[in-house]
Amino acid sequence: MADSMISLRNVSKRFANSTDAAVDDLSMDVYAGETVVLVGPSGCGKTTTMKMINRLVEPTSGTIVVDGTDVRKQDPVELRRGIGYVIQSIGLMPHRTIASNIATVPKLLGWDAARISDRTRELIAMLDLDPGLLARYPSELSGGQRQRVGVARALATDPPVMLMDEPFGAVDPIVRARLQDQFLEIQKKLNKTIVFVTHDIDEAIKLADRIAILNTGASIEQFAPPEEILREPANDFVERFVGAERGLKRLALIKVSEIQIEQGPVCSPRDSVADANEEMERFGFDWVSIVDDGELLGWIGQRDLEGRPRLTDITPRPFSAYVTKESTLRHALDSIVSSRTQVAVVAEEGQRYAGILTLERISREIVS
Amino acid sequence: MSDLFRWDWVLDHRDDVWLALGEHMWLTFLAVAIGLAISVPTGIFVSRHRKLYGPVTALTGFLYTIPSLALFAFLTPVTGLSTTTAEIGLVSYTLLILIRNVVAGLDGVSPDAKEAARGMGYTDRQLLWKVELPLALPTIVAGLRIATVTTIGLVTVTALIGKGGVGYFILFGLSRSFSTAIILGAVLAVALAVVFDVLLLRSERLLVPWTRSSEERPA
Ligand SMILES: Nc1ncnc2c1ncn2[C@@H]1O[C@H](COP(=O)(O)OP(=O)(O)OP(=O)(O)O)[C@@H](O)[C@H]1O
Ligand SMILES: [Mg+2]
Repeated sequence: MADSMISLRNVSKRFANSTDAAVDDLSMDVYAGETVVLVGPSGCGKTTTMKMINRLVEPTSGTIVVDGTDVRKQDPVELRRGIGYVIQSIGLMPHRTIASNIATVPKLLGWDAARISDRTRELIAMLDLDPGLLARYPSELSGGQRQRVGVARALATDPPVMLMDEPFGAVDPIVRARLQDQFLEIQKKLNKTIVFVTHDIDEAIKLADRIAILNTGASIEQFAPPEEILREPANDFVERFVGAERGLKRLALIKVSEIQIEQGPVCSPRDSVADANEEMERFGFDWVSIVDDGELLGWIGQRDLEGRPRLTDITPRPFSAYVTKESTLRHALDSIVSSRTQVAVVAEEGQRYAGILTLERISREIVS
Repeated sequence: MSDLFRWDWVLDHRDDVWLALGEHMWLTFLAVAIGLAISVPTGIFVSRHRKLYGPVTALTGFLYTIPSLALFAFLTPVTGLSTTTAEIGLVSYTLLILIRNVVAGLDGVSPDAKEAARGMGYTDRQLLWKVELPLALPTIVAGLRIATVTTIGLVTVTALIGKGGVGYFILFGLSRSFSTAIILGAVLAVALAVVFDVLLLRSERLLVPWTRSSEERPA
């Protein structure tokens, strides 16, 4: 097993003015380079858990170790400067320009101006922000731009550990999806250890290496990779939380290459019409894929054959959509539903024919 | 008509006018500067220790309600007819407004900005100087403006203890039923108040570039 980068042991937090613990005896490990997403109902203690990691909140009991050192043995200010933090409501400094906001932690650490400006340029390129925004104030940005600035600011000193509390909370679904894609791209490159909080189970499924589903008091209902949570919800709470469409959601996590694909009817353009008819009959289809020396040319329907002596006289019709081995089953399902033939054809790079996927084959993945 | 306001008298007393204006501004500046020097730390302290806000407001509110004449009557036996007497009174009147605005300014600082700043590793001192005070500044300056204008008005009253700036003309005019001096004093006091009000309003805007839209800001 990889090294534990963040480790919580029997951590509890009881706020002075409340009877119930906000976090009750939580133990959890986050390994180096993984993204752990905390999801759970409002008030279940997600933010509190996160704030205990950088000591914005002191635990009532228990131990938190970050990168091998007990956080209580570190100066909280030093600790926080070493951890990237995106707060639930972004919290940009309204009186500072975007450039100055991004440079917050580098300035605290005393970087020189040239280094700060290089790094700032790098970050805005990474987050796809317009350099013209740098001289503006936060109030002059859109919500999505602000959230990206919040993330850029947290990444500024390239900290190995990032805490992100609903970083994409306040934007519309389209911008949100873009930010998530960007997040995945950046994370693939940077390999940070990330604790990410969200309300949105779909966001969790998309971004997480492992999801922790929390109940009141931050009690762990299930802590597992997204695919496992969708396949085998540990209990009713998790099942209700992931929602009714968990079968469909799971399809988005499985690649075509991970399942056994089927063989469909295939002919070479040099085959006879009789061969083609025989092939269709064998599979019970009314069409056949035309494959020349491994290359997928298209398909020919049973009706196209009428009155034609040879297959070479018929131009194969192109498939409206291909699926590759890297596609998700969700994508394959969309292709199937929208195709005339009710089948998705799987092609590999360079239009190499690989096989077919039928609705029955995919529905087996939904029920299992 | 010429008896109501005699320009020739004003011209004869040009030097006195300038002296009086200078004294008026000096007394005002001193009062507001000392008031600010007391109010900023007090306001910061009170905003951190909320329980003290009630008592502090009660005290400064009490000072604010003492009629100025009565206050000077109390103070004169102790501190005499001096600038000190005048300033004790003038400073007292600024405190209610200034402390209230310092606290309101600090309260108005976005908790998100503070939380983010702490989360990124600001020390308490950095948080105060680099986040809280700059963001509270517009409210503090707004208080400063009210305090300044109020003080300019009150300085005319301190003429009674011989430290009155342009109030001196009013007092002089009243004692001799000489309308020119009364009008001169009143107009000068109002003019000073208006000028400072406008100047401070300007600086208030200059101090908060982040609230202006980008079109207004020089590129
Ligand atoms: N400073 C505080 N003082 C007292 N109680 C608090 C404090 N902060 C949080 N709580 C309480 O602790 C519990 C957990 O709060 P927390 O903010 O961790 O929830 P959350 O899971 O992040 O919720 P959300 O999804 O709404 O952000 C809540 O009941 C909340 O009211
Ligand atoms: Mg929260």
